[in-house]
Amino acid sequence: MDLDPLLLSRLQFAFVIAFHFLLPAFTIGLASYIAVLEGLFLWTRKPVFLRVSSFWIKIFALSFGMGVVSGIVMPFQFGTNWSRYSDATANIVAPLMGYEGLTAFFLEAAFLGVLLFGRKLVPVWAHFAAALMVAIGTLFSTFWIIVLNSWMQTPVGFKIVDGRFVPTDWLAILFNPSLPFRFLHVVIAVYLTTAFTVIGVAAYYLRGRRFIEESRVMIVMGFALASILVPLQALVGDAHGLNTLHHQPQKLAAMEGIWETGPGQSALMFAIPDEESETNRAEIGIPKLASLYLTHDWNGVVKGLKDFPRADRPPVIPVFFGFRIMIGMWSIMLALTLGAWWLAWRKELYTSRLFQGAATCAIPVGYVAVTAGWVTTEVGRQPYVVYGHLRTADAVTSFLTGGDVIASMLAYVTVYSLVFGAGAYYLVRLVRRGFPAMVDPHEPKLAERAARPLSAATDIEVTP
Amino acid sequence: MTLDIVPIWTIVLGVAVFMYVLLDGFDLGVGMLFPFAPDDRARDLMINSVAPIWDGNETWLVLGGIALFAAFPLAFAIIIPALYFPILAMLLGLIFRGVAFEFRPTASKTTKHWDRSFFWGSLIATFAQGCVLGKFVLGFSVSGRQYSGTSLDWIQPFVLMVGVGVVFGYLLLGATWLVMKTEGALQAWARQKAEIFLFGVLAFMAIVSIWTPMLETRIAARWFGWPNTVLLLPVPIVTMLVAWWLWRALARWRDNQPFFAAMGLFAMCYLGLGISTFPYIVPHTITLWDAASAPESQAFLLLGTLLLLPIIFMYTGWSYWVFRGKVRSDFGHH
Repeated sequence: MDLDPLLLSRLQFAFVIAFHFLLPAFTIGLASYIAVLEGLFLWTRKPVFLRVSSFWIKIFALSFGMGVVSGIVMPFQFGTNWSRYSDATANIVAPLMGYEGLTAFFLEAAFLGVLLFGRKLVPVWAHFAAALMVAIGTLFSTFWIIVLNSWMQTPVGFKIVDGRFVPTDWLAILFNPSLPFRFLHVVIAVYLTTAFTVIGVAAYYLRGRRFIEESRVMIVMGFALASILVPLQALVGDAHGLNTLHHQPQKLAAMEGIWETGPGQSALMFAIPDEESETNRAEIGIPKLASLYLTHDWNGVVKGLKDFPRADRPPVIPVFFGFRIMIGMWSIMLALTLGAWWLAWRKELYTSRLFQGAATCAIPVGYVAVTAGWVTTEVGRQPYVVYGHLRTADAVTSFLTGGDVIASMLAYVTVYSLVFGAGAYYLVRLVRRGFPAMVDPHEPKLAERAARPLSAATDIEVTP
Repeated sequence: MTLDIVPIWTIVLGVAVFMYVLLDGFDLGVGMLFPFAPDDRARDLMINSVAPIWDGNETWLVLGGIALFAAFPLAFAIIIPALYFPILAMLLGLIFRGVAFEFRPTASKTTKHWDRSFFWGSLIATFAQGCVLGKFVLGFSVSGRQYSGTSLDWIQPFVLMVGVGVVFGYLLLGATWLVMKTEGALQAWARQKAEIFLFGVLAFMAIVSIWTPMLETRIAARWFGWPNTVLLLPVPIVTMLVAWWLWRALARWRDNQPFFAAMGLFAMCYLGLGISTFPYIVPHTITLWDAASAPESQAFLLLGTLLLLPIIFMYTGWSYWVFRGKVRSDFGHH
């Protein structure tokens, strides 16, 4: 087998970034949730908010740590395997990453220490402020990285000099055509991922008749958020799709499995795209529906893949199925949210064991959805790394051999499997343990700080 | 735009990398000391001393890498892939070190997996960084805008020697940090170790100072040409004075001075590196100006950097201040 460093580098990048993103998909929403809980405790002084917050802070610590170490890999990936991309796009891409580092990473990191370890050292309002800063940091980070990704998808505000991109209009770059849609779509997606994780954990406790008060708070907060975001995501996703239709028609055609340009395109529930023959097998579709939601006209014309040279088309199967899996996950979220409302109306939300079991099984939906969504948009971006201007094949580091990349890929796969596997195991263990018996918020007075004895309250753990 | 921003970016990059080396230097140093600590309670105190601040410390690595990418992208595109395997090792080492902080308290108390993870991760990351430094000094072969060597060119005795030297350097930073942050038996132990590492570091500095000009005639010419020898003489003299200050501070059982003196020692080495390689950012063929990004890009990021770095220093300083004083046994859990 001929080891192709290009394909291996692509697989390696996909692997490290897919694993990395699972963590911020959880921790961005969780940081905001913790900030809200700390704020509610500060405002109401109700102990249940303090307990729920302390519980999730433990989970956050583990998850965020994994997110940080897998995140550090990313800028170095750009250099190691994609040095020609780095050289070509640095003038635009690198300052965006620079702002991510300056406005987000330091903010999160500095206040994280206080959030995780400083409850006994600072007043309640300062602990809340730390939580808020961490949450804001995660959102700044999301903004900058989505600006970067969106610029790669819909590049504007540049000229090309000597084969390298040079910025001509930073405002245009920052607010490039797909940014608003992608940013909203991703933020809602990560918040939903967290919401359904929290809901699933709460449901697990309710079913086991443990931590009833805390679980009721969590499940209500989770579904309150989901009730707003699940429908909103449909609208934002739709708008994002229309934006993609306009700027990346090949990607859209692959997402919808459309080969022939024409009016009245079907919405395919299922199909098996065949790139060789440029057709679909086993199509199950609703006629004219795709044209309706893409062009707002039953008979609207949508371009098919055959309108584009083969060399300009993305791989169809991953994009087609990635898109459907993502929407499938959304449907599960919708079903659960509607189910929650129905049960709440019947006063059975806290007692339906069937629903609780379903909600706990549904914890992975967000993670599957975001991964499928990223596959859709990133594989859909191929064969370009900067859409329409730089091909992935021309971006890979030139001197690397297949052997080099196989070695690094094996190393990443081994280490990530071990570390993320252990991390997942410990997260489950923390959830199984549940809430500590008491949490002491403690408002320190300066004089007593130095002589403070070992605090017994904070670290009492419930025996599993 | 006629103002030359390249020197400003050189300083910013230099500061970012130096901040990383100092800050992550001591927590990697603590990690490497881990298995040799007197007992489990000492280990708990050691890890607690760095647990609240390691993430912020490591963030300077991200900033350094991104600053290189943003200000001198040609250098980034040559150096980073040229050091493919040392960087891979460093990243994997940092992963094992980083997760150890959170996995260790959550795991069962009897297994030492994460203690080992903390140690090996710290050691591998440190050695890898030393290899990066060593190869940097030797230089990179370039053709056009790309590295023209192989991914294994870094495997040479000089590079590996520098790797070991940096291990001693970070051990010194770690030990002096513990002298500052701990008390009693643990502090005494750290003090004793710091004395050993000081000699290790001085030995490696001597080896590097002799070996480098032997390998690199350009550097030899810079150090020993006239009038350079006279102008540069303060560098080794001040270095020896700082080393002497560190030795005395340890001998006199000072709490804080050893750590700052150790930082001073690193500063002198850093200065020596800069003097030896300037103006090359890819030794010995590509200058800072050759590698610089477009002025529009340098300006765009510099604006934000100059605004945000002081703010970053302020809140980072605040978070260190919250955890000031000797490390206590009752935090480090959450």
